[in-house]
Amino acid sequence: MTTILEMRDITKTFPGVKALQNVTIKVERGTVHAICGENGAGKSTLMKVLSGVYPHGTFDGQILFEDQPVEFRTINDSEAAGVVIIHQELALSPFLSIAENIYLGNEQAKRGFIDWNKTNLEASKLLARVGLKDNPITKVIDIGVGKQQLVEIAKALSKRVKLLILDEPTAALNDDDSAHLLDLIKHLREQGITCIIISHKLNEIEEIADAVTIIRDGRTIETLDMHAGEVNEDRIIRGMVGRDLESRYPDHTSHVGEELLRIEDWTVHHPIDRSRKVVDGANVMVRAGEIVGIAGLMGAGRTELAMSVFGHSYGTGISGKLYKRGKEITVKNVPQAVAAGIAYATEDRKRYGLNLIDDIKRNVSGSALGKLANFAGFVNAPEETQVANGYRKSMNIKAPTVAAITGKLSGGNQQKVVLSQWLFSDPEVLILDEPTRGIDVGAKYEIYTIINQLADQGKGVIVISSELPELLGICDRIYTLSEGHITADVPREEATAEHLMQFMTKFREAAEA
Amino acid sequence: MTDTKKRPEGMSPQTIDVREPAANGAAAAFRYLTGQFRQIGLFLALIVIVAFFQITTGGITLQPDNVSNIIIQNSYILILAVGMVMVIIAGHIDLSVGSVVAFVGAVSGVLMTRVGLPFWLAIILCLVLGAIIGAWQGFWVAYFGIPAFIVTLAGMLIFRGAAFIALGNQQISPFPDPFRAIGSGFLPTLGDSGYEPITVIIGLLAIVSIVATGLRGRLTRKKYALEDEPIWWFSLKLVAMIGLVLLVTLLLASYNGTPVVLIILGVLVVVYTAVMGRTVFGRHIYAIGGNLAAATLSGVKTKRVTFLIFVNMGVLAALAGMVFTAGLNLASPSAGNGFELDAISAVFIGGAAVTGGIGTIPGAIIGGLIIGVLNNGMSILGIGIEYQQLVKGLVLLAAVAFDFYNKRRGGSR
Repeated sequence: MTTILEMRDITKTFPGVKALQNVTIKVERGTVHAICGENGAGKSTLMKVLSGVYPHGTFDGQILFEDQPVEFRTINDSEAAGVVIIHQELALSPFLSIAENIYLGNEQAKRGFIDWNKTNLEASKLLARVGLKDNPITKVIDIGVGKQQLVEIAKALSKRVKLLILDEPTAALNDDDSAHLLDLIKHLREQGITCIIISHKLNEIEEIADAVTIIRDGRTIETLDMHAGEVNEDRIIRGMVGRDLESRYPDHTSHVGEELLRIEDWTVHHPIDRSRKVVDGANVMVRAGEIVGIAGLMGAGRTELAMSVFGHSYGTGISGKLYKRGKEITVKNVPQAVAAGIAYATEDRKRYGLNLIDDIKRNVSGSALGKLANFAGFVNAPEETQVANGYRKSMNIKAPTVAAITGKLSGGNQQKVVLSQWLFSDPEVLILDEPTRGIDVGAKYEIYTIINQLADQGKGVIVISSELPELLGICDRIYTLSEGHITADVPREEATAEHLMQFMTKFREAAEA
Repeated sequence: MTDTKKRPEGMSPQTIDVREPAANGAAAAFRYLTGQFRQIGLFLALIVIVAFFQITTGGITLQPDNVSNIIIQNSYILILAVGMVMVIIAGHIDLSVGSVVAFVGAVSGVLMTRVGLPFWLAIILCLVLGAIIGAWQGFWVAYFGIPAFIVTLAGMLIFRGAAFIALGNQQISPFPDPFRAIGSGFLPTLGDSGYEPITVIIGLLAIVSIVATGLRGRLTRKKYALEDEPIWWFSLKLVAMIGLVLLVTLLLASYNGTPVVLIILGVLVVVYTAVMGRTVFGRHIYAIGGNLAAATLSGVKTKRVTFLIFVNMGVLAALAGMVFTAGLNLASPSAGNGFELDAISAVFIGGAAVTGGIGTIPGAIIGGLIIGVLNNGMSILGIGIEYQQLVKGLVLLAAVAFDFYNKRRGGSR
């Protein structure tokens, strides 16, 4: 076997963060090489370095492709060498045909005129190689996500790919499509095409990978030979999570009271692909004074579960029941959810949380403006400022005044504004989606403290997080979510990262157990 | 009532700036002023333009009859701008208002001269018609999700066609006198010589209410122990405003008195400034324009708010249509051509953001007045219509470019 790719001592720094530190990886020709790691470990960054998204010179280290040092400055450079990356978010133009998409940017033209016969003929040959029987003139919007993934691979083949990188290729696929894709990857391996696959689905990795490199906190931890025996999912999980829990979490003892909110048999379908269940029969319950975690990998349906509960803000064909203090409630839109005492603080505060061009006080009052208004609908502006000032002090929002524009605050302070907004609506149950995403360690500690205070006030808090240590550090109980299914309900005392990761990655076994 | 548009807290909802109190005299005062520049810049621009024409026209611009004319001739654009700024803050646009002006004008003519309805009933029916037109467009935009640009482009054609149909391709004239009053009439006067007393009384009442509102705002903020703008700046603005109201009052009082339409405009500006700045409804409009997804997830009934904005625009377009028809004493199917563009220009000159979420009623009014004064001044100077268009285009571009420049510098407050 020969080495096709070697990345040596790759270090990539963003302002203030070392995303990658001396990462080294060696990929053999004609193998399927998996890269594993928690969310944010640096997998995607590494692939962007490789494919020229981060041009040569913006990182340290060396890349050898087919034993030659290479300096990719753009994606075109890397594709010309035979390295093609297929991103998690497919990059197809929905209203163009399959053939047009395959040759987009690489049109089969003579003297500036496109040769449609050649385009469609070559496209159908490529489609045959990936096992797709559709007509190449079909529009991409008319085929399912699984087939779109295959079109992406056909597109890669048209570029004479030698090294194909797949980022979470099966995250959005159903079981049949996933199985088909895995078969195709094996088939490509037989044709001598090397694959790097990034995936959270360890069962799939166990099935197809020849080697696994584990990345944690921006460093290479180890590379495992999958044929060496004794390498299984558990072994990979240990590598992924084996970090020490430092005392980054405030001490807290919860005083758990009566049941506040129960979600029963909750099923949600994808808003566009209506046949796909994004959440399937989930049961979740939170009591007064309790902090409950929901652990799940990207694409497990965490946000979808939360947003669909919060006034059907996501999904179609939602079924299931909601009980507040044991009584069934109907919550079909956001105003009803707010009235029922449910709050949802989004994972994407810039897109879904804040009006970034407006100031702190108007964002804080946003979801409960009625509380500041008189019978005629006039807002008491001075009282609003006072309220916002109160939160600015109690939450320690670092801004000169509450007239500061939220778009100019740091991530941590923006998160505190989002939390203030929902606290002002005075909910009984708060669903916090990735409350510490993208904020620094100090601010994280403050957020944890706030969460503890909320529980002490008798509120039920549901925390969704990608970071297992965080959930283990602050939650009383943790649900695991895998492919839309709740796979376990683990009390804090019994929870370990390995244990949770198992339930997060292999739902079938757990569902049967 | 004359100049309520220049109330102190009215300029801009996002400019209530409460920074640390002035540290040392002049330097701090200067820093405070630059922070306020966006707020007063537009107003200064209007004053500069008026001064420019006052000089170049040899004093004609501020002649009593000309001031009266400027108000009357721009009133319908200003009424449209009030509705348009709300539509634009919410992140939409309305291209149909010019056609709605023609259609409602036509219907008012048919109702009064052909059907023979009394003028007051015709006015009410026309306002209801405006609401229905707005509801029609609001339905497609809010509940069907079709972009407002398309819906109102269709409306532009639909209501222009409807105007021709309603009039049977003919013009209607004349209109009954009480109806004409809303377009070109004046309040009743007491005596002919010197300063007309009723106008002077209205002017004084306006001044008293401006001072009272300003002081009350300061007192409330004090009660809540909130920081406030420095007293010197407050006083300066107050004095400037009183002076301005007094000037306009005296000019009007020495001519025919108070135009009826000025009272209509004054009421609209006061009411809508309050709606946009102080009510839950108004704040929801800003929230929708600022971040639609966040507003939805905060529990704002975004569809209903959008629908109501278009209903409101329809009613105001109907009002503008009647004011225009009454002023001209003529209902014509080609009336109101291009009014939508004047109203939209006024809104953007007045500091609204193309992407929504930013804009004010007083800003749109001043923007409309800038266009109006430019039109008036250039006409007096005998500048051809081709150059007038060119200049107005450049002013619009310059105003928006200035806003973008400000934003990029980061001094966007």
